[in-house]
Amino acid sequence: MADSIKDNINKDGIDRRGFLQCMAWAGTGVLYSVHGGILKSVPLLQGAASGMDMEKMKGADFSFIQISDSHIGFSKEANPDVTATLQIAVDRINGSAAAPDFLLHTGDISQLSKPSEFDTAQQVLKGAKAGRIFYVPGEHDVLTDNGQQYLDRFGKDTKGEGWYSFDHKGAHFIGLVNVVNLKAGGLGSLGSDQLKWLQDDVRNLKSSTPVVVFAHIPLWTVYPDWGWGTDDSEQALGYLKRFGSVSVLNGHIHQIMQKVEGNVTFHTALSTAFPQPAPGTAPSPGPMKVPADQLRSVLGISHVNYVQGNHSLAIVDSPLA
Amino acid sequence: MKKIIWMFGFAATVVAALALAQGIMPSLAASPGDKPASSATVKIDNFSFGPATITVPAGATVTWTNNDDVPHVVTSDDGKMFKSKALDTDDRFSFTFTKPGTYNYYCSIHPKMTAKIIVQ
Repeated sequence: MADSIKDNINKDGIDRRGFLQCMAWAGTGVLYSVHGGILKSVPLLQGAASGMDMEKMKGADFSFIQISDSHIGFSKEANPDVTATLQIAVDRINGSAAAPDFLLHTGDISQLSKPSEFDTAQQVLKGAKAGRIFYVPGEHDVLTDNGQQYLDRFGKDTKGEGWYSFDHKGAHFIGLVNVVNLKAGGLGSLGSDQLKWLQDDVRNLKSSTPVVVFAHIPLWTVYPDWGWGTDDSEQALGYLKRFGSVSVLNGHIHQIMQKVEGNVTFHTALSTAFPQPAPGTAPSPGPMKVPADQLRSVLGISHVNYVQGNHSLAIVDSPLA
Repeated sequence: MKKIIWMFGFAATVVAALALAQGIMPSLAASPGDKPASSATVKIDNFSFGPATITVPAGATVTWTNNDDVPHVVTSDDGKMFKSKALDTDDRFSFTFTKPGTYNYYCSIHPKMTAKIIVQ
């Protein structure tokens, strides 16, 4: 598949060299900046300090960082020390040239919803120099007591199982929950209560308002065989059709993917814990094991492609290897 | 194994009520002198239950073992009949099927994982 990026066929500003420069490793966040309602993203490598990164961030109205899938408590071969890699991610955030306005954590904070795991995660994330951290739960965060512990710790003042919205400098942010009440054979699910709330939530917004939606499981169908999608996401996106700029940020799949559809841009973030295989390239989506000395620098597990304003399709769904 | 212990521990006193509540025949409940109930195992590997379908006699205890690096939750399709806690690697969950029928189940956090137990 390396051939497909020899040339910059998508005219998205990324040639093969740029692409390689942009590839990231497990243990990063993604820095987003908003330019007039259009989101741009940069994976955090050695701090977001390279010339390319800074170029992309120029003139940003504001920036925030998405961090995802910390899986605190995981200790298997794919990464025996997920706390250390989360700490590195926090260090990278703090090393950013400009402090982000806030962080979005798109779920799977913990591995098994254990209080000790949440404690550790909170302790490490507390060190991040960001105004505030907004969360949505992953399926790993709601394994006990119907997610009550998650709500108590991370979802105060939210609706239902933890959905909410807020406004920031003219943009409207919506955190959705698609990891509870999942039906046999299905994908992620938002459910009718949440959909109804969403419809009401955006009803009075001007269509020119930039909208950012974040949820754990992708709100677009990445790979249904592995459950990488959400059954009723189309209905949710239907409520957002009239908006000029909609950005959808997800985690769950532990690799970067991007796609543009009409006015909607979809992004998935890397994990800070371990990589997962590209769709269909392994028997299951389980943690991908890489040699220990490559965990923090391994290439080819996450695909980065930038969309510079234009609506060129930017999904890359196979490994480099 | 908790489920079985619970069933047996209460068998002497609440077997009739339990039988009524679950609609099972009292004769299927354990009592001294019964033959040991049969058992079956299901392994969870690579986000799938194996075998995906097993047939067991009524009264059999099925034990699931999670061999994956990620947790799974064994849950009956109705979410009520049985539901394990989150099974970490090597964790097990057992359930005794007393009444004939086809029982579909799935992993409640990876709902693409589906399988069934046929009880005869």
